[in-house]
Amino acid sequence: MIKIVFFAALREQLDCAELSLAADDAKTVNDIKQLLSDKNEKWQQTFSNTSLLSAVNHDMVDGSHLVKSGDEVAFFPPVTGG
Amino acid sequence: MSTNSDLNEVSIQAEDFSLADEVFLLEKDNLTDGAIVTFTGRVRNHNNGNSVTTLTLEHYPGMTEKSLAKIILQAKERWNIGRVKVIHRIGELSIGDQIVFVGVTSKHRQDAFAANEFIMDYLKVKAPFWKKEKITDAGQASENWLDAKNSDTDKAELWS
Repeated sequence: MIKIVFFAALREQLDCAELSLAADDAKTVNDIKQLLSDKNEKWQQTFSNTSLLSAVNHDMVDGSHLVKSGDEVAFFPPVTGG
Repeated sequence: MSTNSDLNEVSIQAEDFSLADEVFLLEKDNLTDGAIVTFTGRVRNHNNGNSVTTLTLEHYPGMTEKSLAKIILQAKERWNIGRVKVIHRIGELSIGDQIVFVGVTSKHRQDAFAANEFIMDYLKVKAPFWKKEKITDAGQASENWLDAKNSDTDKAELWS
């Protein structure tokens, strides 16, 4: 399984903090995005936002990054700390 | 291991911090560094023309610490610096509260000045924190997630 987590405005828009996906269903971060977009119109609209960032196992990555079972994949808006 | 970032260089905390205590720790038993540069960020009372009442800081536990440790390591590779401390507060903060602290020591001032600014600039665009503000606009209260600023991205890119 791959654990998917969402933060900040994205978490609120989706009304979802985390979920799990079967690792066989996705090879890359982009595959995961596609699977999530396919859920319904709300998820599709949310994931059409090109400014969303992604991280795998706490490192920022781009969409072509490979994923495997046991990974933690995160999606979130551009950061605004400091 | 001396060039690696130690975990105690980073603190993510709800509690306030004391600038005097942090400077004391950066100076303590440290007679080789002649320079200490500190930066403190605070909650402003306004943003985009609206009155801010409180600010809530969310973060991604685990990734926050890792990304800050990485930024500190990059600073150490780039400049000749001694001690580093980064504190970032989370949770609900009020106007005037301290949010963030970056302290850097070095033998000579140029390294500490540059490394401190670098760490703040990278923290702004790479560390997973998000601010939500409660504002009053013409008497109407509302909550908004802050948008990232292009100026912060541009500033960070100047270091690459």
